[in-house]
Amino acid sequence: MSVPAPPPPPPDGPRPPVPKPVPKPTPDTLPFWEGAAAGELRVQRCTACARHYFYPRPACPRCGSQDVEWVATGGRATLYSYVISHRPAPGFEHEGPYAIAVVELEEGVRMMTNIVNVEATPENLVLDMPLRVVFEERGGVRLPLFEPAYEPAAEAAEG
Amino acid sequence: MSVRIVIAGAAETDELGKLPHMSATQLHLQAARNALADAGLGKDDIDGVATVGTPGPIQIAHALGITPAWLDGTGVGGSSFLFHVRHAVAAIRAGLCHTVLITHGESGRSRVGAPRFAPAPDSLPGQFEAPYGVLGPATTFTLTALRYMKETGLTHEQLAEVAVAQRRWSHLNPRAMMREPITVEDVLASRMVAYPFHLLECCLVTDGGGALVVTSEERARALGTPRPPVYVLGSGESAESPIISQMEDFTTSAAFRRAGEAAFAEAKISHADVDHLMIYDAFAHVPIYGLEDLGFVGRGEAGAFIAEGHTSPGGRLPMNTNGGGLSYTHTGMYGMFAIQESVRQLRGEAAAQVPGVEVSVVLGNGGMFASAATLVLADREG
Ligand SMILES: [Zn+2]
Repeated sequence: MSVPAPPPPPPDGPRPPVPKPVPKPTPDTLPFWEGAAAGELRVQRCTACARHYFYPRPACPRCGSQDVEWVATGGRATLYSYVISHRPAPGFEHEGPYAIAVVELEEGVRMMTNIVNVEATPENLVLDMPLRVVFEERGGVRLPLFEPAYEPAAEAAEG
Repeated sequence: MSVRIVIAGAAETDELGKLPHMSATQLHLQAARNALADAGLGKDDIDGVATVGTPGPIQIAHALGITPAWLDGTGVGGSSFLFHVRHAVAAIRAGLCHTVLITHGESGRSRVGAPRFAPAPDSLPGQFEAPYGVLGPATTFTLTALRYMKETGLTHEQLAEVAVAQRRWSHLNPRAMMREPITVEDVLASRMVAYPFHLLECCLVTDGGGALVVTSEERARALGTPRPPVYVLGSGESAESPIISQMEDFTTSAAFRRAGEAAFAEAKISHADVDHLMIYDAFAHVPIYGLEDLGFVGRGEAGAFIAEGHTSPGGRLPMNTNGGGLSYTHTGMYGMFAIQESVRQLRGEAAAQVPGVEVSVVLGNGGMFASAATLVLADREG
């Protein structure tokens, strides 16, 4: 529960860039990351109570059933909440302020992500706005991020 | 009638703040010695030790020369010391030990002998939080606030008022790190850390420690502990999600609610009985959740309640009277300091003493709304 001290000022001269953190899959989470690599946002679904859930776990957190399966989601979500970080984590130094968000998938589950392809300002980021998943290649893993999804009517009007 | 349990000794480290000359272990041990002195006891009077993770109860007991018959290493974040008090109450009542020493020491600012924060890349936060550029609690604990603001109408000014109210208390406290009075404008003009949180809405980062001695009322009398006993009338503990994204409702903490209900029920008190309140305040929104989740105000009412001055000096529900994590001190696991201030208020020896405190409630948070514990403390038996 503390605000970490800002990173020390860079010494003179170029430094090798610090990479952004790369997730390392485990046996229980591997289907999620395999799905991302295939361009699909997958979560688990309980076949007993028909609910989706996230993060990966071997049994349904609601009814306890182990009769669960991995399913592809539609990749559509709404913006549940967020912060705009003004103190970059290692690897994010050149981003400018960036949005760390929790999004709610149409399937009813929430996950942390970044909102990309839009400048991170309170005006641009309105709670409950529609979003869609995009994937970013990072260190051999593809990471699900979200971007604003415009209504079909608006797209039609544009084009 | 169950055995009555008291806090017979309580003390913090000699200094709080920036202490690069002391390791985390030294902070534990100094706090422990101070608490033992406060209780008028020696190490051989202690047969139970509780503390968090690094360095942990084995090392603390060994370093102090205590032979433990009971250990508790519960490490569930900044609330852990409230858990330790609750567990010590149960252990003493069960006859597992007689007198428990609970210690906290953390080199949160100077990081001397302190563990590193970064999660392993294959851990839950390593896979589902760290890749998104989170940098500690300032970018995770804070994530709930905009949803709360949208659903309740809490304003940015009301969020800032939490910091203003607590600075009114720390202004009266010579040991507080930040004492200069501030206004809402000052808060909103301070540097943005993680929108909507400005620097003055985020806790301090300090070095320090504290310790408690918990025993039965009967043994405290037999040992002749010199300080007014503080009775543990009730306690509760709970947990929700290990990662903030899975908190069920971003506008209310289920763990706060459950821990509070259990403590109030055991203590057989109502809200009207509470003279003084400590709510863990790592960030300005947390006391708002705490006031509502403990049931002191209705949903969406806490921001106005604080802004109207009800928790400030002279208000009807004095809260975070040491200045809190925002203005007093925050080593990283602040819960110990919240308990210390309740003990001081109940003994009548606080720097910003509230007149006539008989019942004080402490709500501790661990992680990012991950764990919670509540204590109901009193200057008299239940
Ligand atoms: Zn199920």
